[in-house]
Amino acid sequence: MSDGGSPPPVKARGLVKRYKEVLAVDHIDLNVRTGDVYGFLGPNGAGKTTTLRMALGLITPTEGTVELFGRNPMRQGARALEGVAGFVEAPRFYPYLTGRKNLELLAALDGDGASERIDEVLGVVELAPRAGHRVAGYSHGMRQRLGLASALLRRPRLLILDEPATGLDPAGMRDMRRLIRRLADDGITVLLSSHQLPEVQELCDRVAIVDSGRVVYEGALSDLRRQGGAGYRLRSTDDVRALELARLQTGIEHPLADGTGLGFQADEDAVAAFSLALGRAGIGILALTPELATLEDLFFRLTENGAGGSQPNGADAAQGVSDSDRLVATQ
Amino acid sequence: MSSVAASPPVGVSRSKRSRRPSTATVYRWELRKLVSQKRTYLGLALVIILPIFFVVFQNVHQRHDRGADNIFAAQITQSGLATPVLMLLFLSVFMLPLAAVLVAGDIVAAEDGNGTLKTILTRSVDRGRVFAAKALAAVTYAAIAVFLSAAVATVAGVASWGFQSVRTFSGTVVSAPEALLLVFASNAIYLIPLLTVAAIGLLLSTATRNSAAAVVGTIGLVILLFIIAQIPGLEGIKPYLLTEQFENWHGLLRTPTDWAPIAHSAWVCALYGVPALFAAYLIFLRRDVAGG
Repeated sequence: MSDGGSPPPVKARGLVKRYKEVLAVDHIDLNVRTGDVYGFLGPNGAGKTTTLRMALGLITPTEGTVELFGRNPMRQGARALEGVAGFVEAPRFYPYLTGRKNLELLAALDGDGASERIDEVLGVVELAPRAGHRVAGYSHGMRQRLGLASALLRRPRLLILDEPATGLDPAGMRDMRRLIRRLADDGITVLLSSHQLPEVQELCDRVAIVDSGRVVYEGALSDLRRQGGAGYRLRSTDDVRALELARLQTGIEHPLADGTGLGFQADEDAVAAFSLALGRAGIGILALTPELATLEDLFFRLTENGAGGSQPNGADAAQGVSDSDRLVATQ
Repeated sequence: MSSVAASPPVGVSRSKRSRRPSTATVYRWELRKLVSQKRTYLGLALVIILPIFFVVFQNVHQRHDRGADNIFAAQITQSGLATPVLMLLFLSVFMLPLAAVLVAGDIVAAEDGNGTLKTILTRSVDRGRVFAAKALAAVTYAAIAVFLSAAVATVAGVASWGFQSVRTFSGTVVSAPEALLLVFASNAIYLIPLLTVAAIGLLLSTATRNSAAAVVGTIGLVILLFIIAQIPGLEGIKPYLLTEQFENWHGLLRTPTDWAPIAHSAWVCALYGVPALFAAYLIFLRRDVAGG
């Protein structure tokens, strides 16, 4: 979705955070556009949470800037967080206060009639029956939901969520996904940091993948999956001969039979030529289906294939990506 | 959250300009947080129980310290109004500073440790206002501790020994109503050094991010200054030690009132308290909130 000339929800340029000898974040650029459900991915210690803390003005960047709707949280303080809500790491509350009292406190700190929305947001996250209980007795999942409720009090235009599904049971995860989807449909831009790759794949339209403090990919998820190499799956009348033929065929890469068919990678022209060759060889095609690489495949390829996952912080995360991957496409 | 789809929309963006909460709003919530925590009552219990214990002990043992060095100790059973003065004398050295620093040393560090600092700093209130509210809450607590202690000591003393006139440090007899006024004025004057201790506690709370370190560090500093005051040859710096200012209120209980120690303590305390408070403010404004 375009921003129509208005400042983007998140724009980070050259963000660096150094803790003495440790380079936690190494020149990160982010571009979250209005309406994005933006996945922010990376292994533990990759710098995701540090980046989100800088975005929310909780920690000062060593270098670089981050702007939320064109406002800099380091320079403009709380004013820059207008229309922005969320949490980093686990949401934290006062354990000796009830869930409702916690929300009343936060609503008081928000002003702007937030206190009138407490019942509404408690209903949305289904915590109303336990709102009168002290947070000390809440489960992890309930605290996550209270965290989301506290974010929704602000009626955000940008929601920053750090691992919102962590600690939730499968039903809770599904409900959290539905809620995020619904919020996005309501027009909220979502910046979602998550380890749940299927969740990101289902929810996000654009992603940034960070490794060792650097962005190794930023862009549309669909582009990433296309660049990940189109895979195909073939079921034929004679898979053994089809495999022999595939090995001889130009443009067919990594052919592999697994008993239920044949998998390989190729571009569309090569697939067309291969299907004609199969016909000429008298091998019937029962099914030939494209298979895009999953986000999980791509994530591990980017973060473990020498792209920085095994290198010290600050190493060039891109240099280890093989030629065939060529996924370092930071915009 | 299974009924999410049926819930009303919550993500409607605002069109009107939002109103930001005032420092008073944040301050009220700081007080509510204090009221909701059990540990808040620890310091208050300390400064309430001691005067009661003292009065009960005096009644049980029927002691008449007419030969005591301290003029208020000598007239303890003659007027209930001697009790709050004597208690201020005892508690001002250690117990009241301890009570004040239990909250001042905890008020920022505990939020850091619990991770709630990040929760409140991502709302619509600037850090400066949050700090001001916390400082005011710590001041309020210290003042409540002092006046509550004085009130309990006064009630217990008057209940035991009556609402009689008392003799001041200079030997002049003042009427009971005037003595009552002087008792509370003395406690108010004592707040000057006590709030300075609270400011140091607040600084350590902000800088160390550790409640125990802030409380122990501040009390350790008070003890250190007491020790320094006892070292022979250092008499020259004694008037400038913070702990010496704990007796600033004695000037009120002389006739005529001796304002010199009060004025002296005001600027000496300012030398300690203002930089501590300002440093705490700057640290709070600039610090990275990376915990929790």
